[in-house]
Order: sequence, then structure tokens, then C-alpha cells
Amino acid sequence: MTKQIRQLDRVVIRFAGDSGDGMQLTGDRFTSETAQLGNDISTLPNFPAEIRAPAGTLPGVSSFQVHFADYDILTPGDAPNVLVAMNPAALKANLADLPRGADIIVNTDEFTRRNLAKVGYATSPLDDDSLAGYAVHPVALTSMTIGALAEHDVSKKDAERAKNMFALGLLSWMYSRPYESTLRFLERKFAARPELVAANVAAFRAGWNFGETTEDFSVRYEVKPAKMLPGTYRNITGNAALSLGLVAAGVRSGLPVFLGAYPITPASDILHELSKHKKFGVVTMQAEDEIAAVGAALGASYGGALGITTTSGPGVALKSETISLAVALELPLVIVDVQRAGPSTGMPTKTEQADLNMALYGRHGEAPVAVVAPKSPSDCFHAALEAARIALTYRTPVILLSDNYVANGSEPWLLPDVESLPDLRVEFATEPNGEDGTTFLPYLRDPQTLARPWAVPGTAGLEHRIGGLEKADKTGDISYDPANHDFMVRTRAARIETIPVPDVEVEDPDGDARVLVLGWGSTYGPIGAACRGLRQRGLSVAQAHLRHLAPMPANLGEVLRSYDRVVVPEMNLGQLAHVIRAKYLVDAIGYNQVRGLPFTAAELETMLEEVLKNV
Amino acid sequence: MSEPVALKLTAKDFKSDQEVRWCPGCGDYAILAAVQGFMPELNIARENIVFVSGIGCSSRFPYYMNTYGMHSIHGRAPAIATGLSVSRPDLSVWVVTGDGDALSIGGNHLIHALRRNVNLKILLFNNRIYGLTKGQYSPTSEVGKVTKSTPVGSADAPFNPLSLALGAEATFVARTIDSDRKHLQSVLRAAAEHQGSAFVEIYQNCNIFNDGAFDPLKEPATRDDFLIRLEHGQPITFGSDGQFCVVHPPGGFGLEVRETAATPAEEIVVHDATVADPAYAFALSRLPGLDLRNTPIGVFRSVDRPSYDSVVQEQVAAARAGVDQTPEQQLSALLGSGDTWTIL
Repeated sequence: MTKQIRQLDRVVIRFAGDSGDGMQLTGDRFTSETAQLGNDISTLPNFPAEIRAPAGTLPGVSSFQVHFADYDILTPGDAPNVLVAMNPAALKANLADLPRGADIIVNTDEFTRRNLAKVGYATSPLDDDSLAGYAVHPVALTSMTIGALAEHDVSKKDAERAKNMFALGLLSWMYSRPYESTLRFLERKFAARPELVAANVAAFRAGWNFGETTEDFSVRYEVKPAKMLPGTYRNITGNAALSLGLVAAGVRSGLPVFLGAYPITPASDILHELSKHKKFGVVTMQAEDEIAAVGAALGASYGGALGITTTSGPGVALKSETISLAVALELPLVIVDVQRAGPSTGMPTKTEQADLNMALYGRHGEAPVAVVAPKSPSDCFHAALEAARIALTYRTPVILLSDNYVANGSEPWLLPDVESLPDLRVEFATEPNGEDGTTFLPYLRDPQTLARPWAVPGTAGLEHRIGGLEKADKTGDISYDPANHDFMVRTRAARIETIPVPDVEVEDPDGDARVLVLGWGSTYGPIGAACRGLRQRGLSVAQAHLRHLAPMPANLGEVLRSYDRVVVPEMNLGQLAHVIRAKYLVDAIGYNQVRGLPFTAAELETMLEEVLKNV
Repeated sequence: MSEPVALKLTAKDFKSDQEVRWCPGCGDYAILAAVQGFMPELNIARENIVFVSGIGCSSRFPYYMNTYGMHSIHGRAPAIATGLSVSRPDLSVWVVTGDGDALSIGGNHLIHALRRNVNLKILLFNNRIYGLTKGQYSPTSEVGKVTKSTPVGSADAPFNPLSLALGAEATFVARTIDSDRKHLQSVLRAAAEHQGSAFVEIYQNCNIFNDGAFDPLKEPATRDDFLIRLEHGQPITFGSDGQFCVVHPPGGFGLEVRETAATPAEEIVVHDATVADPAYAFALSRLPGLDLRNTPIGVFRSVDRPSYDSVVQEQVAAARAGVDQTPEQQLSALLGSGDTWTIL
């Protein structure tokens, strides 16, 4: 039969199933196919902290949402147009997010009495009218996959496990995706077991062919490529981009990279990624604890490497004493905090922005550090380079505040030209700097940067001792002198406060906005999408986004004061808003949610519309 | 390979310009002098030597050495030194720590540095007391120790630092005494020659808060009868007249002290620091009694195992072998790896 082809400008699909169903992989493959086609993309994985929660239960549901469009998009989408539900739990856990009219593809084989009972369905929602408002497509995914693989030399278990490829084949057909990259992927993934390559490819094709032949799917969709800047792209997650940024920082500084890390969700992927890049001289050490991880990184920095430690909030808390030591030693150090919902263990796989206060203030004594935050997955690359630049140039710890949303989300990334990346080369001290020509003064500062010389062990004539005790200005000798301590505390504050950072840019295309939305970090996408929505409806609103939280851009106060209202949406209880109020005496309005999920553009649009009405 | 050039350094070259500020009479002075006196023997240029310490009286040590040095934070010196040593295998890295620093707040870092076999020389000054905080009991204080924080006596049992180090898979374990300069330097020499972690416990007298803690090992009247001076390849006999010896009783798990006169010569244990099984060195570490009788000093264990530093550096070297691209070219290839697409 001939299928109708319908053009769409954007689609949001959510793949949902049990954590053992391979939904992350399915979503990832669909994303890759979509990227090949040239759509703009944004993705959002959502999975439980448990590796295998009890099968078929609500806590065990894992999902992957992908938003793709023929124009540039900023978020993974508020609500899915299509839900692929591999079992009753996946349907139940995700149904509330679906708008009426959405397509639901369900694996009917899993809608057994037992599985329904596990999630509290008295009767199957497929048999009553509870899904009346949706376009439900019942598909016997498991049995059709097993049937398609009857002639294959694989176990029943392996055949059943290929059902995600059947689903991927069906969706790839529905949205006219090019699938060559998936076939190549399967060949790589199962290289050691050719029978599994054949089985998974056959399952994929069976899903594709099912779409083409069954009458249930009468329409096939196309989403044209987006207009994007010319160049070579790849799809990338925040954690991967951040890792590559750190490798790039090593290359552009000419320094060996040393990562000390202790496994912690959601930062471990950075450790995994960096441990693959030894040929760049990257050394990774899985330390015995968070404290050792930062200690080893600081030791490596002392020796002339770019010392890095990666963690999440609980780890930063443990590292804080060592970060304070790094403040006193005035050595470069990059601390990556991939924030997750806290306090304590909190919700390790859910996102939050509640470590800002800790990054800015969470140390003993007056211990200022620089703080940088990426705004999107691909921006993690550039933010990592910026953190390294500040650390190396100003000899200071820098906290890079990522979060679970950007870390695990993905988007297309226009590959930068390596030569265009910032030059991070540093000069180590090689000569005595005292007036007598023979003395070395480890705390004699560069008048421009206020940085002290980086004199690494192995440099003859510059032997010196540093430590956590207060140091006399210039000589670095132990000092308890009151005036010296006052001077050193103020100097360490000034060192951070005077780091030149780019002015904050305001996006106000109409030029007459009276309300400014100020954000930082991963809220950039939802805020941007909300502002676009308002502007499309003829309303004026301005958006500014902070990459540098410490020091803040020099023009920020002036920007804030030029609007009648400043709204600060944050995934915390108002930490940036608090800083803004204290620092600039601006009556910032907080909009705060701590649900472990990113803002939706729609809720921000509704909230901002209210603010606009009342200006 | 050409012979290394003799640097002709002296103890004076290793003295920094900082005024030494330990209490008069502190055992740390003797250790400092012994270390400064030993350093020229290493024939390593001062700029290639680094002392890293934690917090406590002993941890002021780096300020007094005219080398590179870092006085860091409490308990963390082994972790910081690990990062330094792994990324700079060309340096000679020494850790100076105390019983509170290494065994209490920093216990985790100590055991992991030892199991990794990081190329560090760790000098633990054990005075069995917290000195810098003015006299609380430490994790090596004897049970029942009366201090400011334990007015009716401490309730917790102490660590035996050498037993702990051996349990942590240390490849080099030794003990020496602050007041015996010759012995101390002989142990430093052996530690410096060892590839990997060398753990040296130095009994050190705190004359303010725990004076005389090791007197039986120092007083001429008792020391020869109390001390077991371990020498590789020699039968373990001790006492002013060699009247005691160490045997491995059949059927027993450990070692015991016997009268030499009543023991057939072939039953006396011949010391071998290279025994692969740490049980032997562990048994040696369990010999001393609460009264310090039968305290072995010297090198308990010295075995070969690749250092963490060398394995890590070999992995990096193997990954880099045959790479003929510039770092920029490699980076460009890395960024463009995976599924890419091009928009014209």
C-alpha cells in the first residue's frame, strides 16, 4: 500500500521501558540517525540510580527523549508527541507528560496480568477507554522480534533482547531516518559475535518493514534538515564535551593533564572518557576517596601539570579543605562539579543547580575561587577550556558547575577549528625574581594578573617552601603579622574579583523589553525557548545568561538596573537571585523549582507572561 | 651510560634559611640533622627533591629543608605527594608525617599509597601523642593513656604502624629511632634505594607531652636487652651478651623470643627482608611487648613490585608510541571522531 507522507517541522519522541530494555541505546541510535539527516536535536535521558530496579516496576523505568526539528531548537521538548512504551510501567510513568492526541506505541506482549498488577492497573489500559484521547498503536514487539529471528542462531533470550532494535526500526521508518550508521554501530558493538550482529540487524529491518506493511501506520513523516551553520558536526553529550575540552586544554597549554577522581554519579563518565586519552599525556587516577582525588590533582599542579578533579556535590563538600589549600598555595586547579539533586545522596540521577552557594562560599576562611558554568551540552567544551584558562593564567582553583541535565543531554556540536581555540601556554618561573638577582620570591605577583610565579620542582635556584600557613607577601615565609594577613586576604579576594571576564550579553531583539530574565548554567535552553515563545506572540522580553558566576561580568549591575523587573529562574531556592540582590541591590524575582527535572519552556513562558502583565 | 656527576653537596646545603621552631629538646631536631646529613649521599640535586608534609609538629619539616617543599593539610600528604610523584617521576619525593597525621586523619591515604606502591619515601615520626594541639592521646598511644582528652585513661587500642603498613601491602617497611643517627641514616639509605613506597617509622621523643616514651630503647642500661637490630642475612640474636634469639616455633603462627643458650643454632631465624610472604615481617612487627621489650629496628621488609608511577608512565608511553601527529592534529582527529556529518 502507498503510505501518505506528511511534513513536520518538529517532533518529540520518548522511548521508555524497563532499565534492562536498552532504551538509552535505542534513543542514542535514533539520535545519531537524526543527526546524520541534519535536523537540529536536543536529547534528555532519564534513568533510575538503580542499575536494575525490579523488572516491570515504576522505579525501574528508564527513558530517553529526543527532540528534532527543521530549525534550531533549545530544549529536549516539554511534551512528547510520541511515546514508545515497552511495558505497562513505562506507559504509566510517562502518560501524564503526553498531550492529548499524542501517538503511543505499546509493546502489547508485556501487557500481561502480572505486569499490569505490578504497577496497579486493575484492567489493561489497552482494553478500557483510558487511552481514548491518544492515538494508540498496539504492537506485539517481543513476539514479532522473536518470530523474525526464528531462523537465527541465537538464544531466545538474545532474540527477545533485540526487541529494542525492532522498535528502533519501526520509528526509523516512521520518521524516514537514514539507518546506515545504526547498521555500522551494530557491527562494531557485536564485532566479537557475528550472530548477534545478524540478529539485531534482522530485528531492525523487521521493525522497519512492519511499519511499511502494516495498515496501523498509514502516515510516514519527514522532518527536513535544519538550517545550520556550515561545517562538520557531531552529536555530543555535556560530559563528553567537557572531557574533550579538558583534553584540548592540555593540548593548548602544552601541559600534561592529570585527573584525580573518585567514581560518582553523574560525573564518572568524565573519568571514563579521559582515561581513554593517554596518548595526549592525560593521566587519570581513580583515587581512594574524593579528598585524595583533589589532593593528587593539586600535587600534580604543583609539579607543573594541569591538575583536575571531577565530582558531584557530595564530593565537592569533601574536597573543600583541599580547595582552600589551593587558594592559599595559589596554584591552578580545575574542580568539575556535575551537580545533582541534594542534599546528601539526594537523587543522584536527577538534575539541580543547588551547589552555587557551595561553589561561591563553601570553604573555611576567606577563600574565593573563580566559578564558571556551561549553558548547554556542547558548551561544556568551551566552558572547560575557559575554566582551564582562568586556572592557568591566574593560578587559582576554578569550579566548573555543570549539572546532570547538560551532562547527559546531547545536541549537535559544530566542531571547532583546533587552531582557533584559546592559546593557554604558560610560563614557568626559571630565574630568581628578587632585586638582588639571587633570591626567589614565590609570592611576588605579576602586577597585571596578580598571579604569583609558578616555579615547579626541578627548577634549579628556585627551591622554596609553600604551605597552608599564612605567608608573608612576596617572600612566602610563614607570617602571623596582622597587617600582612589583612593584606593577603584582600589580595586573594582582589585576585579573583579583577579577573577580566567578557561582558554579559543581552538578547533583546525588540529593544524595548522592560523585563529581563537572568539565568546561569543549564537553564539557558528552557529560558531561551520561553523567550522565543513570548516574542512570537508579540511580547517583549530580554534574556541574559551568566557563564561567569565569579567574578561576575563588569557590566552586570548596569544591565540589571536598566530593566524594570529582573526574573531569575533557577533549579534551586534562589541562590543566584540572592547574590544579585546582595551584590547589586536589585529586587530580583526568583522562580524556583527543585523537582530534579529541567524547567519546561511552557511553564517559564506562562510565568514570564504573568510578570509582563504586572510590570 | 655515563657515571653521574658528583654534586659534592653537604648537610649545610640542605639547611633552609628558616629558624627551626620545635620545642628545645624535641626529637625532631635529631631527625632533621640526620636527614640533612644523609641527603648529600643521594647525590640528587636539591631542586629535584621535594618534601611534602601534612599537619602536626613533624610536618613543619619541609620548611627547614632547602629543597622544594609543601606543608599541606592534615593527613593528606600521601595523596598530594602521589599526584606529584606520578606526574613527575623524575623527582625524589619524601613525605614527612606523624602518628596522628598518618594513622588517624590520614589513615586512608597512607594505606592506599602503600598498596599502590607509589614511589614515595614516607617518614612517620611516631611520638605516641598529639603535640601541636598540646597533648591529646594519639592512635599509637598505649591503652589507658592519661592525657587532657582522656583524664581517666584512653579506652581505645592503638595501631601498630608496621603491622598496618604490612597489611596494606607495603613493599618496604622499616623502623628506626631518632637518637641513633647512624642507624637512622642506614635506614634512610635503604629506603632511598627502594623503588616504590618506603615506609619508615621513626620513634621520636616528645619531651613536652610524652617524655621518655622510648627510654628503654635508648638508656644504656636497657637498650641492648630491649632492641633487636635486624640485619639482612644474619641470625636474629640480641641482648647485651647475645643471650636472646628469635625462633619460629613449630606449629605456631608467629615468632618468639628464646634464650640463645637453650636454642640449637639452626632454629634461630636468619633475617631475610626479601621474603615474599608478608607474614614473616608481620610476625616481626608483633614481637614487642607493652614494655618495649623485643623491639626490632631496621628493615623488616624490602621486596620488589612495580611502582604505581612506573606502571602509569608505561601506559602513557605505550599509548604515545608511534604517534607521529602533532598534538593539534591528534586533537583535531579526536574531536571529529564518531558519527559526524557535514553541512555545506
